[in-house]
Amino acid sequence: MLNFPDTVNEAVAGIRDGSTVMIGGFGNAGQPFELIDALMDCGARDLTVVNNNAGQGDQGLALLIKEGRVKKMICSFPRQSDSWHFDAKFRAGEIELELVPQGNLAERIRAAGAGIGGFFTPTGYGTMLAEGKETRILDGRGQVFETPIHADVALIKALTADGKGNLVYRKTARNFGPIMAAAAQHTIVQVSRIVPTGDLDPETIVTPGIYVNSIVKVA
Amino acid sequence: MSVQSNDRAGIHAGIQTADKPLGRDDLARLVARDITPGSFVNLGIGQPTLVSNYLEPEQNITLHTENGMLGMGPEATGDQIDGDLINAGKIPVTELPGASYFHHADSFAIMRGGHLDICVLGAFQVSATGDLANWHTGAPDAIPAVGGAMDLATGAKDVFVMMTLLTREGVSKLVESCSYPLTGIGCVTRIYTDKAVFLTGPDGVQVRETFGCTLDELQAMVPVPLKAASAAGS
Repeated sequence: MLNFPDTVNEAVAGIRDGSTVMIGGFGNAGQPFELIDALMDCGARDLTVVNNNAGQGDQGLALLIKEGRVKKMICSFPRQSDSWHFDAKFRAGEIELELVPQGNLAERIRAAGAGIGGFFTPTGYGTMLAEGKETRILDGRGQVFETPIHADVALIKALTADGKGNLVYRKTARNFGPIMAAAAQHTIVQVSRIVPTGDLDPETIVTPGIYVNSIVKVA
Repeated sequence: MSVQSNDRAGIHAGIQTADKPLGRDDLARLVARDITPGSFVNLGIGQPTLVSNYLEPEQNITLHTENGMLGMGPEATGDQIDGDLINAGKIPVTELPGASYFHHADSFAIMRGGHLDICVLGAFQVSATGDLANWHTGAPDAIPAVGGAMDLATGAKDVFVMMTLLTREGVSKLVESCSYPLTGIGCVTRIYTDKAVFLTGPDGVQVRETFGCTLDELQAMVPVPLKAASAAGS
């Protein structure tokens, strides 16, 4: 049942220790900072976090990592010029890393939302990121078997929601939002505005409300 | 060949030479000029991004960025800067008329489904058979980050590499077989370096152009057999 919590803290209150949490965003674009701050406040720990990166600077996911809440990162690009909190935890052996080629990350998330049990892809074939995985020659190309990534919760950011939970995004801030919304058991969305049902043109809706559980408006 | 190069004098005679090594911008200009009009192109982070500075509007090139956009415009400045509109390097960019946005799985389906004509990537090493190593030095203390490199390397119809031919220590980055961890196998079709342009494929490594050296001098720097490109191969 779709709900509209009044605050981000109320929205994330059900997230438990040990959860797998997908967090939208590519760099800072589309990163749901207010929901991440609320996740910090709620105290959940031993989290497995799925995101393209592993935090930038001293905000959002980077702080969650700094505070030791994240047990494992599943991501494609952890190392950046300002990923110092992840770097420190990784070098100290205090965080586990599953490094995934970005297209495999996106498709594994999509597969989870689409009920697909796995897929073969040429990406990564013959590289160390395919070590230990099943391979086949298909259509004359070496391909690697990849499995879906499911999550307990997704925290994403959209521009606008309506009363049915339908979402539209803004520019490249869309990135992982739509596929994470579908892949998680419980999807929490922060938006800049909520409009009455019927005000969004059905032809322009990007994420249908069936994938959304909670919507919270942030300033 | 999805790439045109017949607009440059001397190409039809096979190997072409220039009298000095190319700088980064000259190399970017050369790559830009070699991209077939109408192509859909992805430019990797770093040196390949320079190519966008030299694409001519008449070429009608559409740039793809992995974070969900076709029709990417130049880097944003001043009031144009919008945190929701960035490129793969997280730099604010602009949108051109006809741009489109899509989610990450669709963006990588564009790469993985073979829809991109060309991607241009940097490299640590390229092998004689077109294997690419560009994501990880393999050093024990290095934190690896792969991003979209493996998807681009295996998905684009043509994979161009831009790099200096030699490391700072003077060692060739064009090698018999890569010692760094691989990004993709047999994927590179063309290597643009400061000293030469190489074509890689089943026939071995061919040299299309040299810059500031002869073919013999180039051969002395590179541990793989080189031959001059035939006119048809250019």
